Amino acid sequence: MKIIIFGCGKVGLSIVQSLSSEGHDVMVVDKEPKVVEDATNIYDVMGICGNGVDSNVMNEAGIADTELFIAVSGSDELNMLSCFLARKMGAKHTIARIRTPEYNDESLGFMKQHLDLSLTLNPEQMAAHEIYNVLRFPSAAKVESFSGRNLEIIELHLKSDSELVGKSLSDFRRDRSEKFLICYVLREDEVYIPGGNFVLREGDKIGVTASPGEILKLLKNLGMAQKPAKNVIILGASMTAYYLAKRLIDQGATVKIIDKDPEKCKIFASSLPEAVIIMGDGMHQEILLEEGIEHTDAFISLTGSDEENVLCSFFVAGNTHATVVTKVNKPELVSTAERLGLECIISHTQTVTDSISRYARALHNSMGCNVETLYKLMDGKAEILEFKVISEFGFSDVPLKELTLKKNVLIAGIIRGKKPIIPTGADSIKIGDRVVIIAAGQTINDLSDIVDRKESK
Amino acid sequence: MNRRAVFSITGKLLEATAVILLLPMLVSIIYKESSFLSFLITSVISFIVGFILRRLNKTENNVIYAKEGFLIVALAWLSMSLIGALPFYISGEIPSYIDAFFETASGFTTTGASCLTNLEELSHGILFWRSFTHWIGGMGVLVFIIAFVSNESDRSIHILRAEMPGPTVGKLVPRARDTSKVLYIIYIGITLLEIILLLIGKMPLFDSIVHAFGTAGTGGFGIKSDSIASYSPYCQWVIACFMFIFGINFNLFYLLLIKRFKAVLKSTELWVYTSIVIISTLFVFLDLRINIGNIVGSVSDTARAAFFQVNTIISTTGYATSDFNSWPSFSKGILLILSFIGACAGSTAGGLKISRLIILVKLVSKEIRQMVHPRAVATIKFEGKEVSSNTQKSVATYFAVYIMCMASIFLLLALLEPFDFESLFTAVVACFNNVGPGFGIVGPTGSYAGFCDASKIILSIAMLLGRLEIFPILIAFIPSTWKKR
Repeated sequence: MKIIIFGCGKVGLSIVQSLSSEGHDVMVVDKEPKVVEDATNIYDVMGICGNGVDSNVMNEAGIADTELFIAVSGSDELNMLSCFLARKMGAKHTIARIRTPEYNDESLGFMKQHLDLSLTLNPEQMAAHEIYNVLRFPSAAKVESFSGRNLEIIELHLKSDSELVGKSLSDFRRDRSEKFLICYVLREDEVYIPGGNFVLREGDKIGVTASPGEILKLLKNLGMAQKPAKNVIILGASMTAYYLAKRLIDQGATVKIIDKDPEKCKIFASSLPEAVIIMGDGMHQEILLEEGIEHTDAFISLTGSDEENVLCSFFVAGNTHATVVTKVNKPELVSTAERLGLECIISHTQTVTDSISRYARALHNSMGCNVETLYKLMDGKAEILEFKVISEFGFSDVPLKELTLKKNVLIAGIIRGKKPIIPTGADSIKIGDRVVIIAAGQTINDLSDIVDRKESK
Repeated sequence: MNRRAVFSITGKLLEATAVILLLPMLVSIIYKESSFLSFLITSVISFIVGFILRRLNKTENNVIYAKEGFLIVALAWLSMSLIGALPFYISGEIPSYIDAFFETASGFTTTGASCLTNLEELSHGILFWRSFTHWIGGMGVLVFIIAFVSNESDRSIHILRAEMPGPTVGKLVPRARDTSKVLYIIYIGITLLEIILLLIGKMPLFDSIVHAFGTAGTGGFGIKSDSIASYSPYCQWVIACFMFIFGINFNLFYLLLIKRFKAVLKSTELWVYTSIVIISTLFVFLDLRINIGNIVGSVSDTARAAFFQVNTIISTTGYATSDFNSWPSFSKGILLILSFIGACAGSTAGGLKISRLIILVKLVSKEIRQMVHPRAVATIKFEGKEVSSNTQKSVATYFAVYIMCMASIFLLLALLEPFDFESLFTAVVACFNNVGPGFGIVGPTGSYAGFCDASKIILSIAMLLGRLEIFPILIAFIPSTWKKR
């Protein structure tokens, strides 16, 4: 598929990597020549130095036969305008990143319609959503939900005192009544789709699929349940902080926001009257202690600097029992942060890239299955997809035990109507179901791809 | 420095060479010649060496940068020339290995300088291989690999940039592999067109194929000792026109294919190239008519001779239809200058390249303006786009290194050989710019046979330096390149 990406900052570059590795023909447009050069040197893409709103540049980039135009430059207005222009010049689908809150309220629908945007992305809001999910299950490192929150996957990090360490999956499963499935294990730099004999070790990160109710039960029985956070301290008065604080306040939590810029504090104070706004430098441990991090349920680092976030979180994690969430955008820093013991790391770039990958994948599909959700694990080494089965895909109503799936592919869950099903061999996929698949080391474009055609009848 | 990736890719290239060698072997078999054995043996050797290189250097890490790109190109071309010389040597048709290496290097670099004097005695298979090296070397061996063999193209841009000539190399389409494929498809298409047109002119099939290879790669190996002189005027016109065509930037052909005609017309390089050809032909024509009109024949003969020789030199092919060695000094001077200039970047021709020439001229005028007006700020634009100061610097540096290399090689040669200045000088110019024939003893009716072995090796290296645009070979010979990082 021909794709043009306008704006090659951190997010843009991450999208370039993701899409070009999936085999699309990618063209990068940015006004900084160095940025374009870097992108074309590292990834198998072409680049043009120019402005996405300049029709000459767009023509040169081949906008007329472009399937997807993605605008992720630093300016919302440029993004919207270039998408509008792209559509007029022949692009079939457009995606614009729009961050400012003013554009993201009720007027969003109107703009989407009149600018003919296929999809708008608000990374900050998406990140806030992710953090909110984690705060619901504080012992989890990550929480991903699938259509309508009927099925969720949470990621747990196994510490040395965990009940699961040293057990094989079938052992652990044997006497439990909760309905769940351990669908992936991240160990060192590898992703494993575990079979029954897989033995868990300390330090493993496991992904557990279940309905929200079953997850709560399981966590409670494992002694890992914690109440959702009621007291939250956020470091950094950023856009994400705004969206998150709003959500938390609506749920009745107390939110404290610390930032060192007096102007920002003023703006937040007026737009979030129920939150407590503190002006101070979070890097000063005194201020953190003074504001009560030792008694808080959760601490979220959302400043503009990854490094500051990591350091502050490290301090808090080492000195309190709070759930610590850190925003780290630079992929290189993520592994360092994890080694420092920070489990829960949120990245804007990753969220946006996943969304766009999902959209591109869905565009690519021709058969009767839609990709509803897509999450990538470990830099793309594995992915979790949710397909909605609209029409016959070749294997519906076949009991799962008769389907030979490809190696490293697992059906993690089926959602029928509103009911989540943790699949056993007797279950089958029916039309109208939503199926959650985990695949390591391969790209699944369509639901029928999961079946190994050579082996299955 | 990712040594393993470098050697592994070189190994893959040698394996591909083994397959390529099967084609001349087939020709030998068709003509029932004994030389087919030498191709078979060489193919096996090439495959074994390539296979061993790959096995010994298996690696998961295939990340390469510009440095590795240069080294791959240098190693690939050196090893290909060494191995490609074997069929000549093993079959005995070129008894000296150094001569065989010279001829092979001349083939792959599309120079076309020959140290043979007995062309009519060589077997068809050997002659085919000789010309086929031109065809492969013209568009590039590694481009071929990237297009048809390689499976990962993430970093191939570095290899493409190192092998393709020109001040900046870009892609035609987003994926490197597709770009290479497009280039080769256009290349194959135009080659076939020439073969067909030559066949129409009643040139025998073997001759047509061999000469089309020589034209496509702008190499210049012929199969007759008088090059193209004895073929019909129609054939001479066809070859002259195709030599001109193969000197055009292939990006323009792609633009034509996707119907962006306006972009083609906007190409300054194409206009300058065409103007230089027209003006040079005119001057040479007038010079010949006025001074040696009685020798060259009728007006149309002179026009044809002028057009052919101008095109052969500017495209750095090296075919000849007249002994331009005996032409008046003015025409010879024009031809010599054209040898330096070369044709467009992104083509199979050698020389400095016209785009570099244009940028250099603009650089000079900018410098002069700045000397007069020190506070003025000026930028250089080429074909509507600004030329970054990095590119300006690299063009100027390239020119400096270009001159320095040629001067050093000339002095080395002058130490070793007793020949006259004209012969030695033009020999160096012709080899370095991948033209082929020079003046004096290396003129169109002469050859490089009289040079000693050491000179032949030096000239072979000069050919490689010119074709790969100096830096890959230079970098390969600097010890610090090979350090782990």
